[in-house]
Amino acid sequence: MSAKAILEADGKAIVNYHLTRAPVIKPTPLKPSSTHNAPLKLASLHFPDDKDTMAVLDQAEIQYPWLLASGAKFVAKPDQLIKRRGKSGLLALNKTWPEAKEWIAARAKKSQRVETVDGVLRQFLVEPLVPHPQETEYYICIQSVREGDWIFFTHEGGVDVGDVDEKAEKLLIPVNLSQYPSNEEIAKTLLSKVPKGVHNVLVDFISRLYAVYVDCQFTYLEINPLVVIPNSDATSASVHFLDLAAKLDQTAEFECGVKWAVARSPANLGLPILKGGSEKVQVDAGPPMEFPAPFGRELSKEEAYIAEMDAKTGASLKLTILNSQGRVWTLVAGGGASVVYADAIASAGFANELANYGEYSGAPTETQTFHYAKTVFDLMLRAPQHEQGKVLFIGGGIANFTNVASTFKGVIRALREVAPLLVEHKVQIWVRRAGPNYQEGLKNIKNVGSELGLDMHVYGPDMHVSGIVPLALLGKKSEIPEFSG
Amino acid sequence: MAPAATTSNGNLSANDNIQRFAPPSRPMSPPAAHTLFHEKTRCFVYGLQPKAVQGMLDFDFICGRKRPSVAGIIYTFGGQFVSKMYWGTSETLLPVYQTVEKAISKHDDVDTVVNFASSRSVFSSTMELMEYSQIKSIAIIAEGVPERRAREILYVATKRGVTIIGPATVGGIKPGCFKIGNTGGMMDNIVASKLYRPGSVAYVSKSGGMSNELNSIIAQTTDGVLEGVAIGGDRYPGTTFIDHLLRYQQDPNCKILVLLGEVGGVEEYRVIEAVKSGKITKPIVAWAIGTVAGLLKTEVQFGHAGSFANSQLETAAQKNKAMRASGILVPETFEEMPQILAKLYQKLVKEGTIKPKAEVAVPKIPMDYSWAQELGLIRKPAAFISTISDDRGQELLYAGMPISDVFREDIGIGGVMSLLWFRRRLPTYASKFLEMVLMLTADHGPAVSGAMNTIITTRAGKDLISSLVAGLLTIGSRFGGALDGAAEEFTKAFDKGLSPRDFVDTMRKENKLIPGIGHRIKSRNNPDLRVELVKDYVQAHFPSTKLLDYALAVETVTTSKKDNLILNVDGCIAVCFVDLLRSCGAFSPEEAEDYFKMGVLNGLFVLGRSIGLIAHHLDQKRLRTGLYRHPWDDISYLLPTLGKPGGTEGRVEVDMA
Repeated sequence: MSAKAILEADGKAIVNYHLTRAPVIKPTPLKPSSTHNAPLKLASLHFPDDKDTMAVLDQAEIQYPWLLASGAKFVAKPDQLIKRRGKSGLLALNKTWPEAKEWIAARAKKSQRVETVDGVLRQFLVEPLVPHPQETEYYICIQSVREGDWIFFTHEGGVDVGDVDEKAEKLLIPVNLSQYPSNEEIAKTLLSKVPKGVHNVLVDFISRLYAVYVDCQFTYLEINPLVVIPNSDATSASVHFLDLAAKLDQTAEFECGVKWAVARSPANLGLPILKGGSEKVQVDAGPPMEFPAPFGRELSKEEAYIAEMDAKTGASLKLTILNSQGRVWTLVAGGGASVVYADAIASAGFANELANYGEYSGAPTETQTFHYAKTVFDLMLRAPQHEQGKVLFIGGGIANFTNVASTFKGVIRALREVAPLLVEHKVQIWVRRAGPNYQEGLKNIKNVGSELGLDMHVYGPDMHVSGIVPLALLGKKSEIPEFSG
Repeated sequence: MAPAATTSNGNLSANDNIQRFAPPSRPMSPPAAHTLFHEKTRCFVYGLQPKAVQGMLDFDFICGRKRPSVAGIIYTFGGQFVSKMYWGTSETLLPVYQTVEKAISKHDDVDTVVNFASSRSVFSSTMELMEYSQIKSIAIIAEGVPERRAREILYVATKRGVTIIGPATVGGIKPGCFKIGNTGGMMDNIVASKLYRPGSVAYVSKSGGMSNELNSIIAQTTDGVLEGVAIGGDRYPGTTFIDHLLRYQQDPNCKILVLLGEVGGVEEYRVIEAVKSGKITKPIVAWAIGTVAGLLKTEVQFGHAGSFANSQLETAAQKNKAMRASGILVPETFEEMPQILAKLYQKLVKEGTIKPKAEVAVPKIPMDYSWAQELGLIRKPAAFISTISDDRGQELLYAGMPISDVFREDIGIGGVMSLLWFRRRLPTYASKFLEMVLMLTADHGPAVSGAMNTIITTRAGKDLISSLVAGLLTIGSRFGGALDGAAEEFTKAFDKGLSPRDFVDTMRKENKLIPGIGHRIKSRNNPDLRVELVKDYVQAHFPSTKLLDYALAVETVTTSKKDNLILNVDGCIAVCFVDLLRSCGAFSPEEAEDYFKMGVLNGLFVLGRSIGLIAHHLDQKRLRTGLYRHPWDDISYLLPTLGKPGGTEGRVEVDMA
């Protein structure tokens, strides 16, 4: 639960829907519009492995009839949290629908290298092209810091925006919104290099955009280019956000979930109601917000399963697969301790062999711990055997209130289920844990280790939290004796 | 033998050993500006957290505090006025307030709040608390507080001069003085890490879990912890490293500072600035965890919401490098931190900066009963035993059978009855027979006395349970009791080896009716179809029908005397049930006998008829029938006349002399 990136399509839908609805913090230069924005034309296309690429594209024509408008030109791009798409050749501009289709079909479900990361392209966004002269491209970015929210603005937006930190005008909006700057201040600070004629339009837009940022609890919002085309007498202008990247505060779901959902409901996206779809009853007036995994790290079935379990409990359960073929696996309790373990493994020179990052904490039940441990063990034992064997760390700090014996019961149940495979894969198991009732927990796991013939070493609080890592990976010796019950 | 005391339900008994604390006789002199917590710190705990509160009180007690640190509990959903807690071996009462205002008005010595409110409600409660100027510090425990709300809290706190610890933290601890909530873990760990008395090392850590690890490392390598704070893993903690390190710098008792930072954020750099500018002069041992991040191919969101590097500056490696460059003692790896700390400590002892104090004896805290039981240290005889169902595990068990299996195998009501009543699975034909009995006994019309009572009670406006019970209480030897009686008489005669004719004759000689024989209207020529159903089923499915055969022979004898002296439905069910228990193979003869004695047959009738009685109740309700009053003309009034002889019909004269 933290700030998480969202799809461009979702970001645009939220901004577009709430731009005229979110309450502005101070009156803006323009009269509020009497009508709300029309739904944006956003064709968000997903290509799962089990669906034919052409079938998805054909379906899109039914769902988004505007794709078939005669003479229309489009922009197509992958929508997978990829930065600098233009530079990676992942932006198709000024295409007819058949051309865009062809461009997407050539890339969908195919692996793609972006800078150093490889990933499969599955999510595309197709939008109508907005023809505009170069000088109407601006750049705006809002991001949160401790003291408030910075607004970065430059009149030279576009693909080659360059070092924004250096050239953008900056304005800090304090956390206390009663100190929100006046329209004049905004214009003076951010728009000094912008033609006066569009000042009112831009100040109005910036204030409204910021209102959406606050109201929908964004933590990051970047629009580049932001296109502002003045009307003939330059009293107002039409504003288009061509490219958008955003992060939402996932913890604010209980406050903003409704707003995130309603902006993305089919009706507000202007989608025709398709017949035959069995409509699931949803909590809000739209689909729940989805937070995609970063490009190149598609959520595996197991990660999704743990994430789902995590979402349903007050305890914390996290799992990220870093390298499914890695030799070193971790099952560590605690948000801090889990990072300490990953550090220790990396500093021992095994960063490339580190298979997973994960943690369980906040007093999960025995059953939750069992499912969590089982998932990790299954992944570890599914990968091919390694001639040097594998290493499993069942680690953790000194718990504050989690009953170690009870969470270890879950771990032990999972160990029992896979014991023969653990032996077959030559898995060395290193245990370090302390906290309430650790004596019982360690005794039980040690007994199970010897009962099942596992290669296991068990330590208690006398051992440094991650002290077992150099012992296991570098063959170091310690004077601290193993836990003897 | 002392009674088993309860900790939190507030039930008081005369045997309780309750200690009450008077307010201090004179106001305290204000503590130094750098002091956040001291040995007289008093706090409220917001939220119902009896375990955490007890942990705080236990800590206070072994630190030798004279008054508990917790002045009261604020629980807005509470209806309870006091919460009973242990104070060492005796007990004390903590007031529970439903509003902040009330709590504040009663305790002007409280300046600290441990806020356990959930991530949803912590914003409003913290804002409310900050409206009272006497509150100087608030610890926010909740994880998942929206970042905007955290920053708003932070803004107001800065303006009002309130110290916020958290969100998303376990809190902090000051040995000898104060412990926030669950910090430091259980008593055994507090004793192991010597947190009951102050040392010379003060730390600040991002992670709450790792703060406990620091407690242990510091206890093992130095004279112990002076103070420790976990600022919490969120992106915007209320106070950060520098706030606490500057306090430690001011505290003359603090000799060594320890900082455990993390990837994400730039707060470590403010510490570096303070070191460079000379604001912090005491030696610092520091480490930023998360060095692994730079070595991984993709971005990973670690366990803490704030542990994510948005720039090179925010990486752990960069922070460690910068801290090292500024003269802070930074180990090569976190595993080497204890050695560095130990070396520094030894050096300061040698220089005379630190003078180790003599160890104090640790007062003992009795272990809580429930915890001792969990550890397997104690036992006690249970007052109740149950052998049929268990709801403690992850799945409800009926006689050992998980409820999901009950549905997977579709064992039906009969199957559930056999599990709960007899603690075993009976063959399918047997559980079907049980269901058949329930169906047949479900109702017998509105005119029977049980149904009548239910109907009358319902019409008196009573609720379902009262009306049902009114009907059920009618069941006895005359109404509905025929099953038990029939089973008993037939079995007794059969087991004695009496021939059916002898049985009938014996009963007549004893002037007893044979239970289960006879029907008001049905007769041999006009048979009761219900009896036919049971007979057919039993004869088709039961391995043995000895008692049924016997009863049918008895019926031959009785019907030869009078046509309606047939085996009625009660009698038929009763004898078939005996056949079932005796022949299905699941019961020994003694067990079968036992179940009859326990009244299992009555149970069948009660259960079955409850269906009908509830139906009558619903029926009357549906019809909106009014109160029933029996008409006078349907009652004969035969009263004795006072003072006149005769008329003894209704009145009995008793000679009192």
